Amino acid sequence: MKLFDLRLAALAAGIALPLAAVPAIAQDIRMAIWSANEAHLKLFNEIAAAYTAQHPEVKVSFDSLPFDGYTTTLTTQIAGGNAPDLAWILETTAGDFVSSGALSPLKATFEGVADYNLADVTESALSLWTADGEIYAYPFSTSPFGMFVNNDVIKAAGQQTPAELIAAGEWTWDKAEAINTAVAAAGKQGLIVRDFDYKVWDNLASIWNGWGASPWSADGKTCTFTEQPMVDAMSFIHKAIFTDKAIPGPGVTADFFAGDAAMTITQISRASLLPKENPFNWDLVPLPSGPAGEYAVIGQAGIGVFASGKNPAVAADFLAFFSNPDNAKKLAKFFPPPRSSLLNAEVLGAANPLLSATQIENVVIKGISTGKVKPGHAGFAEIQQTARAALDALWVADADVPAVLKSVCDRIQPML
Amino acid sequence: MPTAALTADRSRKRPFWTMERRDSLAGYLFIAPQLCGIVLFVLIPLGLVVWYSLHEWNVLAGTFRFVGDANYKKLAADPALPEVLGATAIFSAGLVVFNLSLALLLAILVNQKLRGITVFRTIFFSPVVVSLVAWTIVWNFLLQANGGINGLLQVIGVTGPNWLRSPPTAMASVIVVQVFKNVGLNMVLFLAALQGVPRELYEAARVDGASRWTQFHAITVPLISPTILLTMIITIVGSLQVFAQIAVLTQGGPGMSTTVLVYYLYQQAFQFHRFGYGATISILLFLIVAVLTFAQWQMRKRIVFYEN
Repeated sequence: MKLFDLRLAALAAGIALPLAAVPAIAQDIRMAIWSANEAHLKLFNEIAAAYTAQHPEVKVSFDSLPFDGYTTTLTTQIAGGNAPDLAWILETTAGDFVSSGALSPLKATFEGVADYNLADVTESALSLWTADGEIYAYPFSTSPFGMFVNNDVIKAAGQQTPAELIAAGEWTWDKAEAINTAVAAAGKQGLIVRDFDYKVWDNLASIWNGWGASPWSADGKTCTFTEQPMVDAMSFIHKAIFTDKAIPGPGVTADFFAGDAAMTITQISRASLLPKENPFNWDLVPLPSGPAGEYAVIGQAGIGVFASGKNPAVAADFLAFFSNPDNAKKLAKFFPPPRSSLLNAEVLGAANPLLSATQIENVVIKGISTGKVKPGHAGFAEIQQTARAALDALWVADADVPAVLKSVCDRIQPML
Repeated sequence: MPTAALTADRSRKRPFWTMERRDSLAGYLFIAPQLCGIVLFVLIPLGLVVWYSLHEWNVLAGTFRFVGDANYKKLAADPALPEVLGATAIFSAGLVVFNLSLALLLAILVNQKLRGITVFRTIFFSPVVVSLVAWTIVWNFLLQANGGINGLLQVIGVTGPNWLRSPPTAMASVIVVQVFKNVGLNMVLFLAALQGVPRELYEAARVDGASRWTQFHAITVPLISPTILLTMIITIVGSLQVFAQIAVLTQGGPGMSTTVLVYYLYQQAFQFHRFGYGATISILLFLIVAVLTFAQWQMRKRIVFYEN
């Protein structure tokens, strides 16, 4: 019997020991991103290393794709059967990704992680990425648009600075327009809507929201380019470009951060472009108020898990780790967070050492909590291109603004 | 019986690898790499494109649904198609006329026996070896409203137009950028053809009192006509495939004025995620290229002289 027991034990050990020694099957996770910034990648790799320490079988890599044509590259990878496991997604294409069924649902995974505290992620930040109560992406970056101003250029044109106008309660688009007209007359450029370049018209939301205008109705079914607020806002922009020269015209290249212009509308992360040598006297202020009052506009980026990826469950688990409260605090160094517990001057001030407490309070915190996300829609790429082609007729001196806006609606309405 | 046995015996003795079969095998082995390449990278993708064009393929949703000829019907009724085909025709016609005329003129100029003429040949040919996108990006800077070209014009007191923002100048700019990029290649082909024209013919013509113009149109043009046809076919086919210049300089605008067929195909397939419809447009492009090439090949009997 003893001999039998020994044999049995040896047999059991012979089976069990090799099993214990064999590691779980290795799983590689790839996240597509549009940043190639070394500091960003260093942080991402640190978070990934911490995850791998807990899950040795999972290896995470980050695939930096060029921002130009990012979504096209992503969809080509999906078409080629090489979808990444996770990817950053732009706010404008959120509608396409969320409604198509390309993304895996994440709510259960987030709720299943202890201390994740999903309730801390603001509802407004999640709204773009939510459909029928299910969450399809984590809005890791909620970045408000602000107005960077060059006080040296403004003072040289004999104008009041925006800070002075804010103090006097007079920071309006009319005043901003007057400053930019004077600056242009003095030989510099006035206002640059960064990345607009007479093609990315959706960036003009940073102006027309001040008129309460929007390209389509809230349900996304009706074109509203022809409604009065949009006509007024576009007439204002057209006059600023062609009559007052307050905005550089089509084909005119100018860079605010090189000191060429008085003002630029862009996201706060662009503060890193401010010159370190020969700096000018700059400020960051909220967008001026328009006829519809004060307003803010935000851009967003989400991280989604592809249902067609190789390991959607593992990828979702990694995303829950990547966006947990501890890591969200680390990510806040570069990306304004969606968690209300992190939306305070202390965290954001540490993340943006270039910005003063007032700038953070007025532009960042106020912007994130009250801002409206840039317009997006299902099938956005086609709507964007079609409206761009129609709006080209607006960017000439003798354009008939209401007629052009009507042609925009005629062309995009069938796509809504 | 003995005769049959003899025949069987003879056939048994005859080796399988006859000289003829060896030659055939060698021939097939020589063309095998090329044939494999054509099958793998031309014929199979071409078949797949036809297959895709019969489907609605939404990449994001992961759907691939057979729709028969629906994409072809949609293409026939596409309101943007006439504008796109018009832009394609203007671009191709402008490019071919400007490219061939300039290439021939340059070839005649650099065909002179002058000291240092090879330097000029190198200069005119050099854009051909420059990266297409780098070339186009530099031109993009030059063509801006406050760019280099208008800066130069201002020196002589001329206010230049906003080149890339109005339809006629945008199309002209795209054509010129493409011509300057590739004119060197056609110039070299014309130069080789010009140098192949026997000198005696010109000498005889001069003796007969022929003017330079008569020599050009009665001797030069007929003798280089095979090269003219070749460069015309290459340039037209190339012009129908233009993409990078449009993507960098105009993105198809202003309006739809520079949206040529390949750029429209790219938009539909890769930007709007309609791969099935994109495949249908590429079939149309294939047919246009095939018909044009066939038509030009047929024309050779009328316009090409002295073809070997």
